[in-house]
Amino acid sequence: MRLLNILKNDRGGQIMMLVLLIMAILVPIFNLMVPENHPLHVPTYTVTLMGKYLTLALLAVAVDLVWGYLGILTLGHGAFFALGGYAMGMYLMRQIGDRGVYGNPELPDFMVFLDWKELPWFWQGFDQFWFAAIMIMLVPGLLAFIFGWLAFRSRVSGVYLSIITQAMTYALMLAFYRNEMGFGGNNGLTDFKDLVGFSLQEDTTRIALFVLSAVALAIGYLICRYLMNSRLGRVCIAVRDSESRARFMGYRVENVKLWIFVISAMLAGVAGALYVPQVGIINPNEFSPINSIEIVVWVAVGGRATLYGAVIGALLINYAKTYFTAELPEVWLFALGGIFVLVTLLLPKGVTGLIAGLKRHKEVPA
Amino acid sequence: MTVNFRTLHRYLLSCIVIFFLMSAGFSMAGTAPNAKLDEVSRLLMSKTFDDKSRALDVLVEQSQPRTAELLHLLLDSRLYYHKKEKQLYIIADYDTGKIAIDLAGAEQLIKKKRDYKKIILNNNLRGQINRILAELGLNSNDPQQRENAVRDLLKDITPDTVLALKARFTIEESKKVREMIRIALAINDMKSSDEVLISNAIEQLNGSLEQESRGALVTFIDATETLDTPEASALNKQAQIALKGIEDKVQYYGWLETLYFGLSLGSVLVLAGIGLAITFGVMGVINMAHGELIMIGAYTTYVIQLLMPNHIEWSILVAIPAAFLVSGLVGIAIERGVIRFLYGRPLETLLATFGISLILQQAVRSIFSPLNRSVETPEWMSGLIQINPVFSLTLSRLYIIVFCLMVFVALLLVLKKTALGLQVRAVSQNRAMARAMGVRSNRVDALTFGLGSGVAGIAGVALSQLTNVGPNMGQAYIIDSFMVVVFGGVGNLWGTLVAGLTLGVANKVLEPWAGAVLAKVLMLIFIILFIQKRPRGLFPQRGRAAEG
Repeated sequence: MRLLNILKNDRGGQIMMLVLLIMAILVPIFNLMVPENHPLHVPTYTVTLMGKYLTLALLAVAVDLVWGYLGILTLGHGAFFALGGYAMGMYLMRQIGDRGVYGNPELPDFMVFLDWKELPWFWQGFDQFWFAAIMIMLVPGLLAFIFGWLAFRSRVSGVYLSIITQAMTYALMLAFYRNEMGFGGNNGLTDFKDLVGFSLQEDTTRIALFVLSAVALAIGYLICRYLMNSRLGRVCIAVRDSESRARFMGYRVENVKLWIFVISAMLAGVAGALYVPQVGIINPNEFSPINSIEIVVWVAVGGRATLYGAVIGALLINYAKTYFTAELPEVWLFALGGIFVLVTLLLPKGVTGLIAGLKRHKEVPA
Repeated sequence: MTVNFRTLHRYLLSCIVIFFLMSAGFSMAGTAPNAKLDEVSRLLMSKTFDDKSRALDVLVEQSQPRTAELLHLLLDSRLYYHKKEKQLYIIADYDTGKIAIDLAGAEQLIKKKRDYKKIILNNNLRGQINRILAELGLNSNDPQQRENAVRDLLKDITPDTVLALKARFTIEESKKVREMIRIALAINDMKSSDEVLISNAIEQLNGSLEQESRGALVTFIDATETLDTPEASALNKQAQIALKGIEDKVQYYGWLETLYFGLSLGSVLVLAGIGLAITFGVMGVINMAHGELIMIGAYTTYVIQLLMPNHIEWSILVAIPAAFLVSGLVGIAIERGVIRFLYGRPLETLLATFGISLILQQAVRSIFSPLNRSVETPEWMSGLIQINPVFSLTLSRLYIIVFCLMVFVALLLVLKKTALGLQVRAVSQNRAMARAMGVRSNRVDALTFGLGSGVAGIAGVALSQLTNVGPNMGQAYIIDSFMVVVFGGVGNLWGTLVAGLTLGVANKVLEPWAGAVLAKVLMLIFIILFIQKRPRGLFPQRGRAAEG
C-alpha cells in the first residue's frame, strides 16, 4: 500500500508503471510463445534493444534527479554509468575463465596479450557476483562522493560545476584508453560468455535481462519519486530555486546536494551494469563527454523535474538514434543538434510540458 | 649536426647523377674535364692499387666541386665498372632490382651480374680517401662548411685526419672552427698514453657538448676505472669531474628544451582558449561550439590553399584574415540566431550551443568528407635554429609562440584602447547602466561574440599547421580551452595567458615520467582540485562585477 502511496499524485508515474508491467509480461510471451513467422512475434534482437533503452531510461532518471530537482547540470554522468558498466564487465570477463582465445583460466585475454603474469589487485574478487554487485554501486557512489564532497563544500556551482564534471569524465576517458590501466585499453572488455551461469547468447537470458532492466527502472523510479516526495525532496527544490535562501534558513545545502548526487551516481552505475551484458561490450568511449551531454538532452526533451519525462525523452531520442543511424546516418547529427537548439529555445519544459500545456489549453474553455 | 650515412648516400647518388649529366652536356663545349675523367676511370679500373692511388691524386688535382661524392661512393663500395665496356657504373639497389647508372646518368637494368666488377680498395687507399675528404672539407671557403667537416670527422678520427686537422689549425681564422678542431684533437689525445696530454685534453673537453666528447670521456673513465696507479686515478677523477660538468650542462639545456616545448604547447592552449576568454569570460556565454569555430578556421585555411595552389607559401597569410572573417560571421550568426534568446540562462545556452556544434561538425563532414584533410606547411615555417649540439629551436614552434603573443597583444589593445572595447567592458560590467548611457548592447553583444569567434578562427589557422584538419578537431580542444579559461580566471585575458602557458609547461614537465596521456589526466585532476580551492581561477575578478 505504501508503494502505491508513493505514486499517489503522480499520473505520469502510474501510467509508466502500468506500461512497464504490461511490457514485462507481454514481451517475453511474444518472444517465446509466438512462432517466429507470426506478425506478433518479437525477435530477440528487438527485446535486447528495448532492454538497452530501459537501462538508458534509468540513467536519464538519475540525471533528472540531480538536474531537474537540484539544478546541478551534470555533464559527467556518463562516467558513473561507464564505471558501473566496467564493474559488470570485469565480472563477465572473469566468468569467461579458460574459454578465452588464450585459454588462461585466471587472466583475461587482453592481459595475456600484454604479457601480464598475474591479476592486478583491483581485479581481485570480481569472480564473485555478490562482490561485483556491490562494486557496481560502490565505485560510482564513491567517485561521486569524493567529487561532490570537494565540489559542493567549496560551493562550486553553475557552469563551473558543469565544466569540471565534464573534465572528470574526459580525464577518465583518457585514463581508460591507456593499456597500462588494466581495463583493456581502447578495446575495452568484450566477448562475454555468461552471467551467473546463464549463457548470454540464450533467448531466455536476454528476456531475463530485459525484465530485470524494467524492474530496475521501476525501482529506481520509485526511489527517486519517494525521495522527492519526502522532506528532502522539498529541500532539494528549495536549493534549486534559491540556493542562498535555503542556506540562510539553516539547511546544509552541501549535504543535500552530496547525498542526492551520490544516489544518482549509484543509479547510473546500476544502469550501466545492466547495459553492458545486453550490448556485449564496454569501452572507454562510454566516458566521452558527448555521451554525457546527450543524456542531458534526453532529459531536456522529456521535460525536467518530472522523472517520467526523462524516461520518455530517453526512449524517444534513442529510438530516433537507432532509426536515423541505420536509415539516414548523415542526418542524425543534424537532427540531434537541431533537437538541442529547438528544445532549449522553444520547449523549455520538454515534451511532457507541451502535453500538459495542451491539456490546460483544452480545459480552460470548458 | 648528425649525418645519417645511408640517406646521405642516397642523396649523393642523385647529386652525382645530376652532376655527370651536366658535365656530359659541358663536354660538348670543352673536352678537358672529360679527358681528365677518362683518365681517372682508366686508372681506377686498373688492377694495381698504385694506379688507383694515382687516380685519386688526379681527382684531387682536378678538384671538382663534386669530387667528394665520387670518393664517398668509392668508400661505400658502390662504384663498379663494366668489364667489357670499360666504363664506370654506380650500382643502385631499387625494389625492382639492381640498376647500373653510368656516369652520364643513364640507367640500365643489370642483366648479367658478372659483367660488373667492384672497384676494390685496400686500407691504404681508404686512408688516402679519408684524408682527401677531410682536406676537401677543411679547406672549403665557407666557415660553416669547415665546421661541419670537423664535426663529421669527430665520429672517426684517424691519424690521417689528425694530420689534416693540425695543418688546418695553424691557418684557421674562424674562432668557432678553431674551437671545433681543438675538441677534435683533444678527443684524439684521449687515446694516447701521455698523462700530460690527456690531462690537457680533458681540460679542453670540459664544457664541450658534442656527443663525441662525452663518448671519449666515458670511454676513458671506463678504461681507467680498474687501474690503481695514482696518476691514473687522478686522471680518472679529473675526467669524471669534466663529465659531470658536461652532463649538468646537458641537463640544463634539457630543461630549457622542455620549457620551450611547454611554452609552445601553452601558446596553442592560449590561442585555443583566448577566443573563449572573450565569449565566456567577458560576455558570460558558454559557447560549446567554440571548438567548431576553431575547426572552421582550420578548414578555411585548407580552402584557401586549394584556391591558390601556386602560392602555398603565402596562403597562410591570406588565411589568417579570411579565417577571422568566416569564423567571426558564423559566430555572429550563432549569437543573433540562438544565443540572444538565452541570455541569463547559462545552462540552456550550453545545451543549445552544443547542438550547434553537432550541426557544424556534421556540416563539415557532409561538405568535406569525414576524412582528415592535410594542410601544407609553408617552407619558411619548417626548419630549426641550432643553438648547440644538444639544443635547437624548431621554427614552427617559435612561430606559434610569436603568433600567440601577437594575437594576445592585439586583443588586449582592442579591449583597452578602442571604443568597441570600452563598450564591451561596460556591458559586461553593468548591462542596464551601459544601456542607459546609450550603448547599443545588442550590437555590442553581437560584435563581441563575433570577435571571440573570429579569434577562434585564427587559432584554427595556427592549429592547421600542427595537427590534422578534421571534423573532430574542435572536440579535442573545447575541454582544454575551458580549462585554460577557468584556471586563469573568468573575464581576465592576462589570466588566460598565464594559465595557458603554465598548463603547457606543466604538461611537458610531467610528460617524460608520466607519459603524454597520463600527464594530461593529471593536469585535468589538478584543475578540478584547483577549482575547489579557488572557484574563480588564478586571477579572479574583484568588485561588483564579480558578483553577477
